[in-house]
Amino acid sequence: MNTAKNTSLKTLTRILSAIAGLAMFSTLFLPIWKIELTAPQYPEGLEMYIYANKLGGEVDIINGLNHYIGMHTIHEDDFAEFAVLPYVLGLLAVFGLLTALVNRKWFFYLWCAFFIAFVVVLGLDFYFWLYNYGHNLDPTAPIQVPGMTYQPPLIGFKQLLNFGAFSIPASGGWVLAAVGTVMAGLVGYEIKKTKQ
Amino acid sequence: MTRVKLIGLSACAALLALSSCKPKGAQSAVTGDAAQRVYVAPGQYDEVYSFTSGGFSGQVSVYGIPSGRMLKVLPVFSQDPESGYGYSEETKPMLMTSHGFVPWGDQHHLAISQTNGENDGRWLFANENNTPRVARIDLTTFTTTEIIEIPNSAGNHSSPFITENTEYVVAGTRFSVPFDDENGDVPIADYADKFSGAISFIKVNPENGRMNIDFQLKTPPVNYDLSHTGKGPSSGWFFFSTYNTEKAHTLLEVNASQRDKDFILAINWKKAAELAKAGKGRTVKTKYAHNVYDEGTHSATSEMLTDVTVLDVKDLIDEGFAYYIPCPKSPHGTDVDPTGEYFVGSGKLASLLPVFSFSKMMKAIEDKNYEGDFDGIPVLKYDAVLHGEVQKPGLGPLHTEFDNEGNAYTSFFVSSEVVKWNVKSLEVIDRQPTFYSTGHLTVVGGDTAKPYGKYLVAWNKITKDRYLPTGPELAQSAQLFDISGTKMELLLDFPTIGEPHYAQMIPADKIKDNQKRIYDINENNHKYVTKSEDATKVERNGNRVDIYMTLIRSHITPDNIEGIKMGDEVYFHVTNLEQDWDLPHGFAIMGNNNAEILVLPGETKTLKWIPTRSGIIPFYCTDFCSALHQEMQGYVRVSPAGSSTPIRFGTGDKAPTN
Repeated sequence: MNTAKNTSLKTLTRILSAIAGLAMFSTLFLPIWKIELTAPQYPEGLEMYIYANKLGGEVDIINGLNHYIGMHTIHEDDFAEFAVLPYVLGLLAVFGLLTALVNRKWFFYLWCAFFIAFVVVLGLDFYFWLYNYGHNLDPTAPIQVPGMTYQPPLIGFKQLLNFGAFSIPASGGWVLAAVGTVMAGLVGYEIKKTKQ
Repeated sequence: MTRVKLIGLSACAALLALSSCKPKGAQSAVTGDAAQRVYVAPGQYDEVYSFTSGGFSGQVSVYGIPSGRMLKVLPVFSQDPESGYGYSEETKPMLMTSHGFVPWGDQHHLAISQTNGENDGRWLFANENNTPRVARIDLTTFTTTEIIEIPNSAGNHSSPFITENTEYVVAGTRFSVPFDDENGDVPIADYADKFSGAISFIKVNPENGRMNIDFQLKTPPVNYDLSHTGKGPSSGWFFFSTYNTEKAHTLLEVNASQRDKDFILAINWKKAAELAKAGKGRTVKTKYAHNVYDEGTHSATSEMLTDVTVLDVKDLIDEGFAYYIPCPKSPHGTDVDPTGEYFVGSGKLASLLPVFSFSKMMKAIEDKNYEGDFDGIPVLKYDAVLHGEVQKPGLGPLHTEFDNEGNAYTSFFVSSEVVKWNVKSLEVIDRQPTFYSTGHLTVVGGDTAKPYGKYLVAWNKITKDRYLPTGPELAQSAQLFDISGTKMELLLDFPTIGEPHYAQMIPADKIKDNQKRIYDINENNHKYVTKSEDATKVERNGNRVDIYMTLIRSHITPDNIEGIKMGDEVYFHVTNLEQDWDLPHGFAIMGNNNAEILVLPGETKTLKWIPTRSGIIPFYCTDFCSALHQEMQGYVRVSPAGSSTPIRFGTGDKAPTN
């Protein structure tokens, strides 16, 4: 009895895990990240959205502008991630639901570890792409960017020549952030309850 | 000595006092905080669009109100070298007429399309006075998309006034002339017998705005000046002012001003339309152009039509759809108030302003209360139709518009003023001088069933000392009044192009949110579109050379072209590949006996060029498009006729090598 109780989850953890899992399905359809660009010539701003499986927003216009500095044009087909990401996110969502059903601490922690690993890899991957686009500038481009680097920020604001670039989570990203926060809270809650 | 000084001083004082008696100039007429009320801060929008006639420029100008800033000149009836309108192969058909290509027009009056008597902001109709035509401008793109010529007419002045739901646009002829199917080679002195008036009813397709002449009325030979539709209770009627009921054909200045009263012609257009539909008219053989611009192909076509249905009013008098109302002294404007019950005739030589009552008119028709007839058409008794007269309103009334509080505003050319009066009580409420000699005036929505009010603009005929002088020809002038209070307040002078006749003012919200920003290149069905740089090419067919060219920041593809020869006819089919707002590219080639073309994002335009010498001829983008705009250029190599230079072309890596 005692052992079973120690390895099973608190009801609160199970409910919130299920909700988190359900919420994560929304990230399959919502934009996860966005980069906002503003310049004197673009008072209304330009936006690029990154979804689980595609790019959105004014990618063509941004590509048109990037040719001045020799940045590679951004094409959906260049990203293998778009083929994999929806499955990984779906798996994470299912994992959340299973956590509630399986009702075992080890399963819950496994889910957490999986989630953390996912976020870290995704962040690294995003950084890798930004670095790639920002550092492989065509040396024959009309405008030579000082230092030949034009890397948009991973998160936050950065001034790039006449453009202000603001990189922040979009709605899907906020869902992931909320799931992460809830998860962290639940981990603390479980540990605390176990110690008691 | 002292006495002499004193006398001198008092004489000076008396003179000063006298001179201060002289009426004050316009400077003192301006309201204290006028500057603040017309100031639209940088980055802010004006409250109202004013579509203003460009007069003898043939174009339409667009202003922001209250700032009076000019936003754009829309090419309509005249060639526009700035955009290539009337110069590009696609737009040349827009200016075709039964007289051939006419590169100029005289644009007077405007009407914004209406739904339920209110401006809906879909289309703007414009008349052409010289070679009778009516144009339709699409207000999502601000481009002229259709022009129809009016047969059997000359001097399309009484136009393009429209019905409450844009069912019809009318066109009443200023000059009566022999009809097109009659022998026109007659003595001018046969005016009274051989000449006829024509009023055209142009039907407007409610879906796409397309115009066609549904029927024409053939009337006695008088001059038609202006018109307005009935609304509300007078729905289904149209009122046309006439002058020269004397039927003069020479020295009209004197000979057309003899009669004490001319007429307002009231037409039951719904009945007339039924008669036309019932086959009561006859088909008259004529020739008139119908020019339509297709946004999908970015090209206009011109079709010559030959038939028009004519209802001869004198043969249909028993049908009871046409009546004359006597109106003092050569009426100019005929304007219907927002309720539709009252209409005002402005006799331009009259000393009073008659206001007619629609319900009284209907009663007079029912009672056959006629004072006689004019060429068979019944003339109703003046007093039987009259609601009342505004006494001593001013001199030379021309036009009347209305606010939403039962007031009317009439322009007076001779006494140079705007007079506000109450439509029901006929009392004069206020008068303000204009500088100088106002013709038309416009209140925001002032000829609709629901005026917006607030602003009134007087479109002046004489400018004199209003602006810095610019030689013998001076700026045309408009004056903005605030009419929100009891007294009208002069706020601003602003110069205009051409001669501003009429204008239509509409709240900006009804226009600005419907604006098209780009043309989708995927929907570009132009015969010579080039959708990518890979598809650019140069094709020779005899001495005709078609160059499929693209523009995108900041290069032209191809920008090196060889193999053009003297004697060739070269067509540059230029597609702007941009898909972003406010990114037109221009295209011009040295020495071309033509204009430039301005190509909007997603659009294709064609510029014709006949080389005049062999050698290297440059071309470039004329509209500063980017930081590297000055680099956006290219060369054509022109070889002598009969030389064997092969066609080669390309940009960058693909440019021809030696």
